[in-house]
Order: sequence, then C-alpha cells, then structure tokens
Amino acid sequence: MLVVSLTNPFYSALSLIGNLASLAVLFLLLSAEFLAAAQVMVYAGAVMVMFLFVVAYLGGRADAPWAGGPPLLRGAAVVAATALLVQTVVVLALAWGDNLTDPAEIEASFGSPAAIGEAFLTDHLLAFEITSIVLLVAAVGGVVLGTTREKEQEV
Amino acid sequence: MDGPDVGWYLIVAAALFGIGALGVMLRRSPLIVLLSLEIMLNAANLTLIAFARQHGDLGGQIFALAVMAVAAAEVAIGLGLIVAMARRGMLLDVDQASALRG
Repeated sequence: MLVVSLTNPFYSALSLIGNLASLAVLFLLLSAEFLAAAQVMVYAGAVMVMFLFVVAYLGGRADAPWAGGPPLLRGAAVVAATALLVQTVVVLALAWGDNLTDPAEIEASFGSPAAIGEAFLTDHLLAFEITSIVLLVAAVGGVVLGTTREKEQEV
Repeated sequence: MDGPDVGWYLIVAAALFGIGALGVMLRRSPLIVLLSLEIMLNAANLTLIAFARQHGDLGGQIFALAVMAVAAAEVAIGLGLIVAMARRGMLLDVDQASALRG
C-alpha cells in the first residue's frame, strides 16, 4: 500500500486520504451512513489537515528513508504481518457459511444519525461520557505540549 | 443484504490491518508510524461495522465511533510530540528516541 511505502510523508498522507475515503464508501455499503459521514469529516477533514500542517512545518526533515533495523528484524516483521493475514483468512475460511452469509434483517433507519444518537444517549451513555472526557484530556494534553515548547523557546 | 458478504469485508479489514502493522514495524519516521496506526484503527472499525451490520446491532457502530474519537485524540497527542521532538532538534526516528528524557 502506498501509505506505508512512500518516502515522502506528504504523499503518504494524501494516499491515506484516498484510503479513508474508500473505507467511508464501504461503511455506506454496510448501511452505516452516519459513520461514513463522520469518517469523511473527522479523518479526511480534520486529522489529515493536521497531518499536512505538521508535514509542512517539518519541511525537509520529515522525509523518511526506508530503512529500519537490521535485515533480520525487517524480515521478521514481514513474516509476522504475513502470518497475521494468513491466520485471519484461514479462520474466516473455516467459519464461512456458518454465520457469515445471512445477515440480520434491519429496518431502513439502521445507522442513521437519529438511530445512532438515540442508542448513544440511552444504552451507551457511559461510553458517550467517557469519549467526551478522553477528547477533553487529549485537547488539554495538546495545549500542554504546546505551551511548554513556547517557554523553552523564550529562554 | 445488497453487496458482498460480511466475510469479504473482514478480509479487506485483515489486509488493511496487516499493511498497517507492516508500516508500524518497518518504518522509522514517527509520522509514517502514526499514519500506519490510523490504517490499523480503521481496519478494526471496518470489522466492527461489518459485524454490526451482520447482527443488526447498533452497538458496533457506537463502538466504532468511540474508536474514531480515540484515534483523533491519539493523533493530536502524537503530532504534538513529533513537533516537540522536532523543535528540540532531535532526529525524527523512533529507534533513536529510546530515552524518556531529552
């Protein structure tokens, strides 16, 4: 895949946008309309803009040559990733036909923003609150990282 | 269901996860490692949503949303760390950054 292989992180990030957009289409196929919209807005929009800003800020230093560890480790990483893939596919092939072929019947509103919102605020209220706290902590963490840098620069 | 069986989605997700894992293990630039992490998280999201569709249960989609939020938080922190590393003049290489104090 291009994202992993390109040496210029700018092009890597751009190809990741394509990847995320196609995933959003798959989400639509799985009747998860709200999640597809969120995917496009959160990832392809916000996260990617942030990535591109950082890449632009770092400039030439962001260029990433391929290498990583001794050849033995690299080979081991490839073997491990392939084993992961083969394992999943074999398990899937064994389980195929049991539960995987006939999906449940769903009504038309499945995955719509209204249904998601209702499920979030009734059955999954705790998850909702925890998510908001995680985001808050992340925002505060980002600000802290930023301000300590400013002080160092002044000194 | 219109469209492919759930199994095909799972295979795509497995392939994406493998690619992402490869990226995390092989590359040394923290930027690329973060991008690969995004791929892995999205593969997990795809399986969650596929199974949510399979079982007609909205819980999977809720979980996928939570994963998305966590991924956004992780990217914010990760990019902040990368910028901090760059400002301190450290080499942008995850193998070199092995000490916790600069």
